[in-house]
Amino acid sequence: MKFGGKSHKFGNDVNTDYIISGKYKFKTLDMKELAKHVMEDLDPQFYRKVSAGDFVVAGTNFGCGSSREQAPLAIKHAGISAVLAKSFARIFYRNAINTGLPVVECDTDQIDPGDELFIDLAAGVITNKTKGSNIPVKPLPGVMLKILNDGGLAPHFRKHGGFNLQ
Amino acid sequence: MGQTIIEKIISGHSGKEVHAGDIVVARVDYVMGQDGTAPLAIRAFNEMGGKEVFDRDRVALVIDHSAPSPNEGVSSLHQLMREFAAEKDFRLYDVGEGVCHQLLPESGRVGPGSLVIGADSHTCTYGALNAFSTGVGSTDLAGGLISGRMWFKVPETVKFVCNGNLPSGVYSKDLILYLIGDVTADGATYMAAEYTGEAIAAMSQEARFTVANMAIEMGAKAGLMEADDKTLAWLRRFSDQRYTPVSADTGAVYSRVLEYDVSWLEPQVARPHRVDNVAPVKDVAGRPVAQAVLGTCTNGRLEDLRIAAGILGGRKVHRDVRLIVAPASRRVLLDAMAEGLIQALVEAGAAIVTPGCGPCVGTHNGVPSDGETVISTANRNFKGRMGNSKAEIYLASPATVAASALTGKITDPREVPGT
Ligand code: SF4
Repeated sequence: MKFGGKSHKFGNDVNTDYIISGKYKFKTLDMKELAKHVMEDLDPQFYRKVSAGDFVVAGTNFGCGSSREQAPLAIKHAGISAVLAKSFARIFYRNAINTGLPVVECDTDQIDPGDELFIDLAAGVITNKTKGSNIPVKPLPGVMLKILNDGGLAPHFRKHGGFNLQ
Repeated sequence: MGQTIIEKIISGHSGKEVHAGDIVVARVDYVMGQDGTAPLAIRAFNEMGGKEVFDRDRVALVIDHSAPSPNEGVSSLHQLMREFAAEKDFRLYDVGEGVCHQLLPESGRVGPGSLVIGADSHTCTYGALNAFSTGVGSTDLAGGLISGRMWFKVPETVKFVCNGNLPSGVYSKDLILYLIGDVTADGATYMAAEYTGEAIAAMSQEARFTVANMAIEMGAKAGLMEADDKTLAWLRRFSDQRYTPVSADTGAVYSRVLEYDVSWLEPQVARPHRVDNVAPVKDVAGRPVAQAVLGTCTNGRLEDLRIAAGILGGRKVHRDVRLIVAPASRRVLLDAMAEGLIQALVEAGAAIVTPGCGPCVGTHNGVPSDGETVISTANRNFKGRMGNSKAEIYLASPATVAASALTGKITDPREVPGT
C-alpha cells in the first residue's frame, strides 16, 4: 500500500471524543455525515482543509478514550489515507486495522504541519519530501498486516469464514 | 515460567500456555455491545456473512448510552438493535435496566477466570471480579458475536501494590485517580494492570469495581484483581455458578511493580480536560459548581448512593447547583429506594434520571452550558465529553461530589460538618 499527501499535525493524547464527539456518533450510521465533524473540537476547519490522501500526524497515545469505531471510520471517510503517531491507544489501533485504516508508529517529530509525505507500507518507509528525509517505520505485527491486507476484519471473515491468523 | 492473572486466563481460553507478547485466538465467555457501538456491529455482522450468534446465552446488547432516546436518529438505531436481538433470539437490556457494566456483573454470567469482550472501553470493569474483560470496537464485536472467539496479543502486566488503609473520607475513586495521575493517561498502554495489597483487600466489592473501571484511563487493556470471599459472596447474590479464582504465580513476570502507601492519601480530583490532571481536592476547593453528577459505571452503585445520601440527607443541595443522580441499574435503584436513599436524595433536591449512563457522554440528560463547571463521579473529563466543549468537568468521589453539591463549590468532603 502506497499513499501520498500532506501532513495535518496534532499533539499528544488526541482522544476519541475529539476525533468524533459523542453527540454526533450516537445519531447516525452515515459516516460521510460524521466525517464533517471529525476533529471539530480541536480544529473546527479541519474537514475543509483535508485533501484526499492526506495524513493525520500526532504525538503519543493517539485515539485514547472510548471504543467508538466511528473514530477511525470518520477519519477514513474524511479522506485521510493513514494516521502517523508516536504511539496509539490499543482499542483505536485495533479498530483502525479492523476497518482498513492504516496506522503507522514512527517518530513524528520529524514531520511539520503541511509537509508533503509519501508512504510505502509494505516497504516500511515514509519519505518526507518537504525535508528530503526518510523516517523509519515500526512494522505492524503479522496478524494485523494480514487483516489490513484483506481490507479489514469484515472482508477477512468473508474470505476465510472466521479468524485465519495463525 | 510463572504467569500473571491475565496470562493464566488467556491460556485457559486458548488451550496453550501463553506469555506476554504471544498472539493467540482465544475462546470468549461473553460478548456485549451497547447502543453507541452495536449498530455498526450489526452492519459488520451482516457484511461478514453472519447468520446466527455463536451462543444466544452468551451475548447481550444494552441500550444505556442514550436511553430513553433523545431524538429520532437514536430511536431508529435502538430499533435496529431490538430487531436484531429479537431475530437472533438473545437478550437485549432495554431502556431503564441500567449501564452495561453494572448489568453484566449482575447477570451472574461473569466471574473469576471469565474472558469477556464488550464494545465499550470500560468493559475492563469486570477485572474486579477476577475476569479478563476488555473493550473492543464494533467490528471486533461482530467477529465475537459470530465466532465466539477473538484474537489477542497477550499483554505485559504492571502491578500496583497498595499498602496501608485509606483514611476516612477517602475512597477507592480517590485512589484510582491518584494512580492515574501518577502513571499518566498512557502509563499502561497495551498492558494489563493488577491491583493488589492491603488497601484493595480492605475494599468492598463495589469499591473495587471503581478501581478496575478506570484501568482504561491509564491506557490499560484490563485491570485485574484476585478474587476473595467478598467477591464470591457478591457473585452469589446473582448466580449459583461455581468459579475457580485465578491468582498470579509467585514467579510471575511483571513489566513494572509500583508500590504505594495509601494511608496518607487525601480526596483527589481530576481537573479539566484530562483524567491524569490530578490534584488534591484542596487545590481547587472553592471553585463554584453549576452541575453535580452522581452515577455512571464508575460510581453509580448502591454504596455510592449511600455515601452521597449520608452527606446530603436532611440537608439541601445548594440553590445554584443542579444535582443529577443516575443509578447504575434498576436493581440499584430498587435497593436504594428500599433503603430510603432515593427519598433522602430527592428531598435534598436531586433530580433522579433513568438508570443508565446518564449525562456521562453528552447525548442527553444534562448537557452543561458554556463556561459552567461540573463535578462528576464519572471517569472522563475530556473537553466536550458531556456535550459542550466550553464546559469544565472535574472528576471526584461520590463524597466530594455530594459535598460540593451541598456547598455550591468544590469541597473536601471531610470539611462538611456532621458527616
Ligand atoms: S456511564 Fe459513561 S463511561 Fe460508563 S459506559 Fe456509560 S458512557 Fe461509558
